[in-house]
Amino acid sequence: MTSSSVVRSSAAARAAGDRVPWRSRLTRADVKFAPYFFIAPFFVLFAIFGAFPLVYTGWVSLHDWHLIGEHTFVGLGNYTALFADPDFWNALKNTVGIFVIATVPQLLLALMMANLLNRKIRGRTFFRMGVLIPNVTSVAAVGIVFGQLFARDVGLVNYLVTALGLDAVDWQANTWSSWIAIAVMVDWRWTGYNTLILLGAMQAISKDLFEAAELDGAAPRQQFWRITVPLLRPTLVFTVIISTIGGLQLFTEPVIFGNGRMLGGTLGQFQTVTMYMYETAFQRFQYGYGAAIAWSLFGLIVVFSLVNLLIVRRAAR
Amino acid sequence: MSQTKRFLAVTVAAVTALGMVGACSKETAGTKPAADGQINLVVDTFGDFGYKALVAQYQKDHPNVKVELRSVQKLDDYKPKLTQYLAAGTGAGDVVALEEGILNEFKTQPQNFVNLLDHGAADQQANFLPWKWELGKAGADGPLIGLGTDVGGLAVCYRKDLFAKAGLPTDRDAVSKLWPGWDEFISTGKKFTAASTGAKGFVDSVTTSFSAMLSQAGETNFYDRDNKLIADSNPVVKQAWDTSMKMVSEGISAKVPTWSKDWEAGFKNGSFAVTMCPSWMLGIIKTNSGAANTGKWDVAAVPGGGGNWGGSWLAVPAQSKHPKEAYELAKFLTTPESHVGAFKEAGPLPSSPKALDDPAFLALTNDYFSNAPVGKIFGEGAKSLKPVVLGPKHQAVKERAFEPAMQAVEQGKLTSDKAWQQALKTAVKEAK
Repeated sequence: MTSSSVVRSSAAARAAGDRVPWRSRLTRADVKFAPYFFIAPFFVLFAIFGAFPLVYTGWVSLHDWHLIGEHTFVGLGNYTALFADPDFWNALKNTVGIFVIATVPQLLLALMMANLLNRKIRGRTFFRMGVLIPNVTSVAAVGIVFGQLFARDVGLVNYLVTALGLDAVDWQANTWSSWIAIAVMVDWRWTGYNTLILLGAMQAISKDLFEAAELDGAAPRQQFWRITVPLLRPTLVFTVIISTIGGLQLFTEPVIFGNGRMLGGTLGQFQTVTMYMYETAFQRFQYGYGAAIAWSLFGLIVVFSLVNLLIVRRAAR
Repeated sequence: MSQTKRFLAVTVAAVTALGMVGACSKETAGTKPAADGQINLVVDTFGDFGYKALVAQYQKDHPNVKVELRSVQKLDDYKPKLTQYLAAGTGAGDVVALEEGILNEFKTQPQNFVNLLDHGAADQQANFLPWKWELGKAGADGPLIGLGTDVGGLAVCYRKDLFAKAGLPTDRDAVSKLWPGWDEFISTGKKFTAASTGAKGFVDSVTTSFSAMLSQAGETNFYDRDNKLIADSNPVVKQAWDTSMKMVSEGISAKVPTWSKDWEAGFKNGSFAVTMCPSWMLGIIKTNSGAANTGKWDVAAVPGGGGNWGGSWLAVPAQSKHPKEAYELAKFLTTPESHVGAFKEAGPLPSSPKALDDPAFLALTNDYFSNAPVGKIFGEGAKSLKPVVLGPKHQAVKERAFEPAMQAVEQGKLTSDKAWQQALKTAVKEAK
């Protein structure tokens, strides 16, 4: 009904178009164009700070571009070099590895915590606010604290490890230990954030469903897996994609873990793609090659997000 | 609404908003005209150059000049920042410090800096050690880019209390006599580690010793005089490498990577008894060790004779709005008197022969380091220092190829031979 009336009225307006006075045409123009005007700031800012750098980076990536020196056009030379570069593949392996061991437990934990916070527990608001505190802590402070926790000689974690009678771990030296340390930092910061997003979605699920299930004799566990999780699917997809984008751009935590250096350990055991990009562009001054890494990373994030989207859709069906 | 109209509307809106953004930025970002001739100068350095008192004095003598000191803790962070400022054509200080390891790289793009000779710097030449002056130029007849600040005379800093625990002498002359060469240094280290002192090792890590050995080698390191990478064939590099590897295999290294949390805490906790200290390192040791360890550190001679490790220049980027005033400030900060003042404040060793001969300089002691006569210790050899030929990527080859490879050996991740191959391979990549 509504759609047909809209069509009719607009047709009528068009028919009367030639006869309407100037003021009313102005009003109509206002109604038509004002929304675009009001949303323009975002698009303008995005064009300046988002789209332009993106395109410009693409242009740079086609050059042999010394940061403070010469530029020569090399076509896709940077990309072919990149795909034959073992350091790039190493960085990619590290990034994906850390992403997996950080994100899987993180989202499961967030799901569990959201479920707990959705119940009637004492001090619920306090806990709900509390889970976000790690996320609003300054990254530098997080890095310093965790750097000290995971220090080899003076670290608290190794103090506990040796108290258990095990050998102290040189967290930075091994691939597995450095990945775990970084994943712990990432999870500490981001689990609470995802918890709140999932909690918000849980609260939107109708209580009737749970009551009906309870009458039918479904245990809380069954309710959780059969009702909560399937209904959370769109939100789960969202958190997975956001985590994918963030995880593949992992930078601050491994940098601070490696004493602020871009090397990512003595043998690059925890150098991520973004660290390699920074090292290339701003420490080796190979700006064009760095831009090629940036664009390749962009492509990878798109691919990974799509793959994750498919996986999560399947799994939560 | 048709497609074209919609497009038009969006464009109009976008352009209008853009105009607004532009109008705003014009008002806020524009440079304010200096009120009553006031000039603001920014000095960019890394670490501590010891300029606080000097700048205060300069501002008193030049009431129309206001100087802001900006400092980044690590050279590793400083270099990309400065590079970005230069590439963007804005943001850099009016006076910037260039360290010897990165100087050559910046000298390949001299157009980014003011030729100080244009501002009459030639009359300053007598103030500097001849080689320090020469290295400030881009090419023998090229523009003068930097005025010398400090040189990196070498010494060894050691913990007296730990030496006493290990039954080693603690007097600085006696300690210096323990190690005329690196072999004796290693055997002293073995004596130290055999005793129970609570330390993790004798020396903090072998990378600092490696740097010291390279700087003692004279002539060349990773590059020859034609800027060709010779890391694989230069016996100097191999010898320094082998000696460093011997330190690892003899177990005298505490294996704490320089600048790491363990390294910083190690000064307080006594994780190691010895570290190489070019004069600029004194301030860092003091900060890391803290007030509680006052008087525990002392300064002795370095094994294997003097060498130059580190040292910087002050340059004026071409983007500076006040190149003349910036040059005047750089000139002031590099006079012989200022060299002594900076040394007093933070420890960078003067590169001015006049300052090195100054009795006031030679009489300087450092109360934190058991009143060691630091002026005399560092000053004595400074005039005879020979600079090593550093190629364009010296810093990168050392810090990103060789040092990580050595640390990997310390971590037990690579054998010495494998690490050597790894270092050479990375060196080629870094030098590209």
